[in-house]
Amino acid sequence: MGTTAPTVKDNRVKLLERAMSRQGYASHALIEVLHTAQELFGYLSVDLLKDVAKKLKLPPSRVLGVATFYNFFSLKPKAEHTALVCTGTACYVAGAKDLLEASEHRCKRALAKGETPKLTVQQARCIGSCGLAPAVVLDGGILPRVTKAELEKKLDDLGV
Amino acid sequence: MSVKTLTIDGKMMTGVEGDTVFTVAFHNQVQIPRLCHLGGVPDVGACRMCLVEVEGRSKLSASCMTTIEEGMVVRTDTEQLREYRKLLMELLLAEGNHVCSVCVSNGNCELQDLATHLGVDHVRVPYRHPRREVDLSHERFGLDQNRCIACTRCVRTCDEVEGAHVWDMAGRGEKLHLVADLGEPWGNSENCTKCGKCVQVCPTGALFTKGSAVGEMEKDRSFLKYIVYGRERHQWVKKP
Ligand code: SF4
Ligand code: SF4
Ligand code: FES
Ligand code: FES
Repeated sequence: MGTTAPTVKDNRVKLLERAMSRQGYASHALIEVLHTAQELFGYLSVDLLKDVAKKLKLPPSRVLGVATFYNFFSLKPKAEHTALVCTGTACYVAGAKDLLEASEHRCKRALAKGETPKLTVQQARCIGSCGLAPAVVLDGGILPRVTKAELEKKLDDLGV
Repeated sequence: MSVKTLTIDGKMMTGVEGDTVFTVAFHNQVQIPRLCHLGGVPDVGACRMCLVEVEGRSKLSASCMTTIEEGMVVRTDTEQLREYRKLLMELLLAEGNHVCSVCVSNGNCELQDLATHLGVDHVRVPYRHPRREVDLSHERFGLDQNRCIACTRCVRTCDEVEGAHVWDMAGRGEKLHLVADLGEPWGNSENCTKCGKCVQVCPTGALFTKGSAVGEMEKDRSFLKYIVYGRERHQWVKKP
């Protein structure tokens, strides 16, 4: 949150507040509220979690527990693009390791050049599409039965 | 409140509707192995050590999470159950870093005692040797995640009895670990009242009093029942 311009920040804070009030600040709305927060801010900062805990009247450790349980939430800022590589059994057997390495290589390459990586690489244990293994979710869109070459091409197109 | 009759290990027993198989067995001197169950706080079924066979059910049931039913027939100590419990124990030992010889709880550890009771003399699965943290930031107590078995006794006790809810479990799978508040060092926790209840209920040496040397950390778990039931029953003098 800290790095964004104040005007933008205010608006998002207001939107999050509205999401919580729509739920009547109910404790059981935690997941939905965190969803909104994640979508608004791209990640869940400690300050944000503290604010949610306070307003939904929940212990902070419970909020952190939920935020770290689901893969959808991230506690660190995400880059411009995200590649979620499924490393569940089916995808792993079908070659997820290569896809993961190819994606991570992009980040390492950027870092070696002293640039900030434009790609966040995430892993998931089975995204429930084993029939499409190996699968990568690139910026929210699923790449089914993707080969290393195809993935490299997509990443090139994104300029990451 | 209706009374129900059931058979556990061939013996007729009675309990009140809502009682768990574990509790009824316990009151009738049948001690089912357990790690996460703790009298005085709600059960969660985290460790699966208390598995039993219930006639007519194809799956095994965690007895601390199974409420009694009229005419139920339960077996708590079959060959198969013993083997499963042994394997469960081996998995627990392989999952963390349980080096008893350097542990503050050596000789006073529920995990160690149960492993001995189950006859675990070696571990058949590969040790994972995970890298886990030790938090010594609290002025009175320490947390060694290497010895944590994720039973959540501390979580439930701090929440239900002390009312502070400092602890919770974060992450999942191999990343599952204990967190204080928003993951900060325990010593920085705004919610912790430094009461030490979590330390006393922890079955292993994961939570300990600072300054304890190897084998020195003896825990008193009876205090919890005393606090919880004593208040309900207006029994203010601890029984001898
Ligand atoms: S010392 Fe007391 S308040 Fe602090 S974490 Fe343990 S049980 Fe909770
Ligand atoms: S610290 Fe102790 S009581 Fe808490 S979850 Fe770990 S093993 Fe259980
Ligand atoms: S293992 Fe990748 S979708 Fe199931
Ligand atoms: S004692 Fe029943 S699951 Fe742990």
